[in-house]
Amino acid sequence: MVDTRISRRTLLTGTAAAGALSLTGLPARAEVNWKKYAGTKLEVILAKGPRGDNLQKNIKEFTDLTGIQVEAEQIPEQQQRQKVVIEFTSGRPSFDVVHLSYHVQKRQFEKAGWLADMTPFMKDPNLTAPDLVESDFSAAGLQYAKNDKGQMLSLPWSVDYFILYYNKELFEKKGVAVPKTLDEMVAAAEKLTDPKEGIYGFVGRGLRNANMAMWSNFFLDYGGEFLDAKGNILTDGPEAIAATKLYQTLLTKTAPPGVAGFNWMESMASFTQGRSAMWIDGVGWAPPLEDPAASRVVGKVGYTVVPAGPKGQYSSTYGDGIGIAAASKNKEAAYLLCQWAVSKQQGARLLQAGGGVPFRNSILGDPEVQKGVKTKEWLQSVIESGKISKLGLPVVIPVAEFRDIVGAALTATLSGADPAAELKKANDQYRPILERSEKT
Amino acid sequence: MSVLTQSTPAAAPSDAAPEKELRPPSYWPFVVPALVVVLAIIIFPWVFTIWMSLNEWKVGSPTTFVGLSNYQRLTSDPRFLEAVVHTIVYTVLSVLLPLVLGTFAAVVFHQKFPGRGFLRGVFIMPMMATPVAIALVWTMMFHPQLGVLNYLLSLIGIPAQLWVFHPATVIPSLVLVETWQWTPLVMLIVLGGLAAIPTEPYESAQIDGANLWQVFRFITLPLIMPFLFIAGMIRMIDAVKSFDIIFAITQGGPGSASETINIYLYSVAFTYYDLGYGSAIAVVFFLLIVLLAAVMLYARQRMVWTEIASDA
Repeated sequence: MVDTRISRRTLLTGTAAAGALSLTGLPARAEVNWKKYAGTKLEVILAKGPRGDNLQKNIKEFTDLTGIQVEAEQIPEQQQRQKVVIEFTSGRPSFDVVHLSYHVQKRQFEKAGWLADMTPFMKDPNLTAPDLVESDFSAAGLQYAKNDKGQMLSLPWSVDYFILYYNKELFEKKGVAVPKTLDEMVAAAEKLTDPKEGIYGFVGRGLRNANMAMWSNFFLDYGGEFLDAKGNILTDGPEAIAATKLYQTLLTKTAPPGVAGFNWMESMASFTQGRSAMWIDGVGWAPPLEDPAASRVVGKVGYTVVPAGPKGQYSSTYGDGIGIAAASKNKEAAYLLCQWAVSKQQGARLLQAGGGVPFRNSILGDPEVQKGVKTKEWLQSVIESGKISKLGLPVVIPVAEFRDIVGAALTATLSGADPAAELKKANDQYRPILERSEKT
Repeated sequence: MSVLTQSTPAAAPSDAAPEKELRPPSYWPFVVPALVVVLAIIIFPWVFTIWMSLNEWKVGSPTTFVGLSNYQRLTSDPRFLEAVVHTIVYTVLSVLLPLVLGTFAAVVFHQKFPGRGFLRGVFIMPMMATPVAIALVWTMMFHPQLGVLNYLLSLIGIPAQLWVFHPATVIPSLVLVETWQWTPLVMLIVLGGLAAIPTEPYESAQIDGANLWQVFRFITLPLIMPFLFIAGMIRMIDAVKSFDIIFAITQGGPGSASETINIYLYSVAFTYYDLGYGSAIAVVFFLLIVLLAAVMLYARQRMVWTEIASDA
């Protein structure tokens, strides 16, 4: 009993303070009736990873707070995505709450109508703590969570920015400055590359599909847009060609051999072994890089934003959210769980463990929360990236096809194919697929 | 009740002569369970797959009948056509190499030498391991910078290779894993064949002064041919539908250089959720396997005939 009171009070004091600051117009006295759905049983399907771990590890607190029993299972990402789609298609999903990858599933879920609308819940002071307001989520988060009609179909959970990791020791040895622009980055990478020593200036994803996430950061910096106003795909234009040439140069001239088959895992292996001086990838890899058991570069890693291109400086952004199955019979209880998952306490834990970055500005900007983050430089790169965040993939249904087809074109350029010709071929192949899926 | 049922079969033979038509129903009910099972788990999925292949069937969207257009799309889909080529190359290599090496290993292990039983046990161990676990280990060994294979090559002065990380070497590298795993199976089958060969032909060959190669070429090989065909058939069917090793090591990459029909089919159906098109690929894939099996069976049939002819 004592436990219950403490955790509830902790949560409420935190929320009340933030609520007083927000200009929502909600009655300040309204209080969430957390216990209203006590006894309900919820099923949750999670993708394996730090978000899932963080939820499962602390789920007892939620049960103590609400009296709601939670059965949560974690499945590896690829399989989880498939299982979720198959279960939704059956019309009777076995879960009430679902963890989704926005950059892959947003359009698909919206179009199929699989998620419940949370907008009315968010307006109900009996269900929503006063600090949970739309305006607290970053713009990218809202862009992901809302559909065309402005309905909130999920709560943005964790954002993934692409940042530049660099090996300070190698930089010092060669007297190279941290690059501020993409051109400087190429020059630095060339200077740092020393094949005789087995040291390379740059490493990053060359593997088809996975490589799109990194390439898109170059594409955005060159001023690229994925779709025109009519929804046509634009990845064979001059911006894309320039980005691909940069990608080709970096990965063929300054990257370790075999990079065409590297995903983040192989890239990280090369970086943690001190074999590569720079690495651009998602923000979540600080824990393994700073883990003495897994890394030889502990304490030597620099974290900064991805360098600027000729048309701007962006950080490719991806993210995941947590939503309620439209077919669920326990939507209100499920909503309480979603709310708890993105709460300040849970978000702070996620950030401090380096396992993710909350979409909520009130968490990220809180000095108390920031104090708990071990690597300050990393946190700084996260905050800076948040200011230049831009979605890293087109918001369409056939995202997987897009990543596969254009990604294969990029990989082909690594064995010498011409960027412009490969991109054109990929676009010709992808265009009918996009048309077929968006126009039905 | 029991009296009645017992008396019926006893009475049947005398009644049967004038009314033969009444007999089928008496055993028909016993066939029904098997028939239901076959219909439900073999025929129905097939008919349903064919039906799906005639529809535009994307998860989350309504289904529309489109006739043969999914099949038309196949003929102009470069990724599918490449996948067919990859499948054929992969299959041919991963049938031939284990056959040759497995036969050689069987001949060696057929000899008597100290520690034979133990070494034979060691030799068949790859076969017992889980393909996905093997694949993960090989992935690490293939790593161009950190892998043990390039280290071993460097010891004998051969420059580092890119193995599964380069489009040109990815399929041979995967075949290497497949060969490593399945050569023991071929060896076991051939070893069984060798054990069944009588010793007389060898004795007379020895008297005639045949050398080792001649003994193998003109006595052993013809006599184990039926076993090699069985081994070849099993290998072929396995190699054509190989999935786990390729998927776990390269996922069809780099680019799509090792994407076989199976891997592509998986992407289409479970990553792109295009069930109609995926079904069309499955149907064509099935026909391809049937065709290959038919060719093998035909070859085997012919071989048996010539054998009998030469015996006579």
